[in-house]
Amino acid sequence: MYGKGLRALSLATFAAVTATFALVFFYAPLDADQGFIQKIFYVHVPVAIVTLCAYIVGAIFAALHLKTRDRRWDLRSYVVIHIALIFNIVGLLTGAIWAKASWGHWWVWDEPTLVSFLIVFLLFATYQPLRFSIEDPERQARYASVFAIMAGAFVPLNFAAVRAASPFVHPRVLGTANGGLPGSMAFVFVCALTAIGLLFALLVSYEIAAKQTRWQLRALRRRLLGGDAVAPLGRSAAPALGAPERPSGPAAGPARGGGRGSHPAEAAS
Amino acid sequence: MDATPAIELRGLARRYGERWALDDVTVDVPAGATLVVFGPNGAGKSTLLRVLATLLRPHAGEARVLGSPLPDRAWDVRGRVGLLAHEALLYRDLSARENLRFHARLHRVAQARVEELLERLRLGGRADDPVRTLSKGLLQRVAVCRAVLHDPPLLLLDEPRANLDPAAAALIEPLIGRASGRTRVVTSHDPAGGLAEADYALGLRDGRVALSAPAERIEHAAIEELYR
Amino acid sequence: MRPSMALLRKDLLLERRAPEAIPAMLLFSVTTFVLFHFGLGRDTLSGQLAAGVLTVTLLFAAILGINRLFVSEQEEGGFDGVMLAPIDRTALFLAKAAALFLFLALVEVVTVAAFALLLLGPSPWPALPGLILILALLDGALALVGTLVSALAIRTRARDLIVPIVALPLLVPALIAAARGAAPLLAASGAGSIPTKWLAILALYDLVFGLLAYAVFDFLLED
Repeated sequence: MYGKGLRALSLATFAAVTATFALVFFYAPLDADQGFIQKIFYVHVPVAIVTLCAYIVGAIFAALHLKTRDRRWDLRSYVVIHIALIFNIVGLLTGAIWAKASWGHWWVWDEPTLVSFLIVFLLFATYQPLRFSIEDPERQARYASVFAIMAGAFVPLNFAAVRAASPFVHPRVLGTANGGLPGSMAFVFVCALTAIGLLFALLVSYEIAAKQTRWQLRALRRRLLGGDAVAPLGRSAAPALGAPERPSGPAAGPARGGGRGSHPAEAAS
Repeated sequence: MDATPAIELRGLARRYGERWALDDVTVDVPAGATLVVFGPNGAGKSTLLRVLATLLRPHAGEARVLGSPLPDRAWDVRGRVGLLAHEALLYRDLSARENLRFHARLHRVAQARVEELLERLRLGGRADDPVRTLSKGLLQRVAVCRAVLHDPPLLLLDEPRANLDPAAAALIEPLIGRASGRTRVVTSHDPAGGLAEADYALGLRDGRVALSAPAERIEHAAIEELYR
Repeated sequence: MRPSMALLRKDLLLERRAPEAIPAMLLFSVTTFVLFHFGLGRDTLSGQLAAGVLTVTLLFAAILGINRLFVSEQEEGGFDGVMLAPIDRTALFLAKAAALFLFLALVEVVTVAAFALLLLGPSPWPALPGLILILALLDGALALVGTLVSALAIRTRARDLIVPIVALPLLVPALIAAARGAAPLLAASGAGSIPTKWLAILALYDLVFGLLAYAVFDFLLED
């Protein structure tokens, strides 16, 4: 069944996000240097962390797809990467805001995490065009999985290289006048991370459920109304799920009709 | 005499997107026999050949070629199948000799065999010209060389006599015809000629088997019916 | 190994018979140097700027080669000829990567000379051993990633568009390491030595993508 546990997840996410909002605005202390705008940190960093973990998860799902040849893994991989890309954009935007707040410019090159984030975005932004340019759904899924694995391996390498290239690492530790990350900030940060993580999981679950339902509907229409009632799919970057019904019926194989003899079958009537 | 059929297909299916290019194809071909496949364009004949050649994996059903199940033991089959397809599978800028030598190395076949085949198909004079300068007929002859270079027990021939004049057709006959003694799967659009050289006939239509029987039991009319 | 050698010989023979990739990459590189001269408004470069111009130009030139890598297979009825042979599919990867590596090496011999002539301020000779090392590692990265991306793109509809947009971000870590590593070699004050961390990063990059390629290449060829 699709959408199992979605309601519980939605409620949990809603609760976590609301709680985090409240905490950020009313509980978290004001940063000594940057003031109110520093609070974007509670969005930017969790989003960044979730995005990068998501890309790695997408790569793992892609590897599972190649290993098991189960197209559902490809669907999961696709949705995870797709939503991670959106989070990536949000991360870049909030990063730019934070950069402006912290250092006065909308973009800084010596913040290695932000720079790596941009490069990773540039790579994963090619995922959908790549999928779209391959028409055969089987091959599309397979090639997309290979890409996702390469891109996943790339993420840590990229971070290491960019970090090594930065003249000095800007201190990302924020603090009150006392310095260091005080307990209250850390607590809010963890809440924010949880909330963003849940939000990501929620969006992924919704999209997967929606796609699976659409495919199920399509298959049902085809079975009930005949093949002509279902318009052929156009080119799409999204994975094609649910192997279409074979005209000769499902579960056709050696079990059906008993074993045939070693001579060719009689002419079909 | 080996009793295992050279080809055993049970409910073989292969899809392309939402369309099934092959659906529920079941047929047996004994070793040494010739199966001729008829059907209009788009019926799945070339797809069938490519699945047998291990270039495409089956999506459903079972396939055994030369005793090895596909796709699990595809490795065992490669090197024992000769494919003559629409494309010549030759590099245009290399000569016939260079192409064949290349394939000989890939298949671990002695270079002498290349010379032998070039000789037999009377290609000696043009063997060092780039393949793109050859006429279609000559190209086809070189392609035949490539297909039988490694002496495969199974031949998959997609309209083998296309572009060949009678003299050339006669030249290749001992290599890829009935007389070669190999198991053959041949696609054909010619009911009379096709049936004449067939032991079994398979008619495909929209990927499905429309007719399947020993050749002597089939009428020309049945084949023409496929194309309607 | 023998099938890889056969495939490599075939590709070298093809390129020698009908040279396309190497001349194009060469011309492109030298033209790009001219463009940089005018674009940057500089007569000579040294240090990081020189290293950057050289490595970025090589990267772009490599894209040309990567685009063409599998074209000969694809044109002759897809990869069928090779796929029908009883060989390990990885042999095709090794052969193509080796071919690309050799093409790049050949192009670099001329390109580095041209660079030294046209744009480089300090003398290239003391920098040469270090440069050879860095470029060898960079070529390894280009060959491994290039072959993978080329195989990925060759069967898509927009293959010459896909290659640059996928390969260039993927190659960023290699570029960073190569450019930063080469910078001290081309310093105006005399060739320094390459910081080991850049060599380490390049080597790690090559290793990771080498292993990855070995693991996934089969999936790109099967049907």
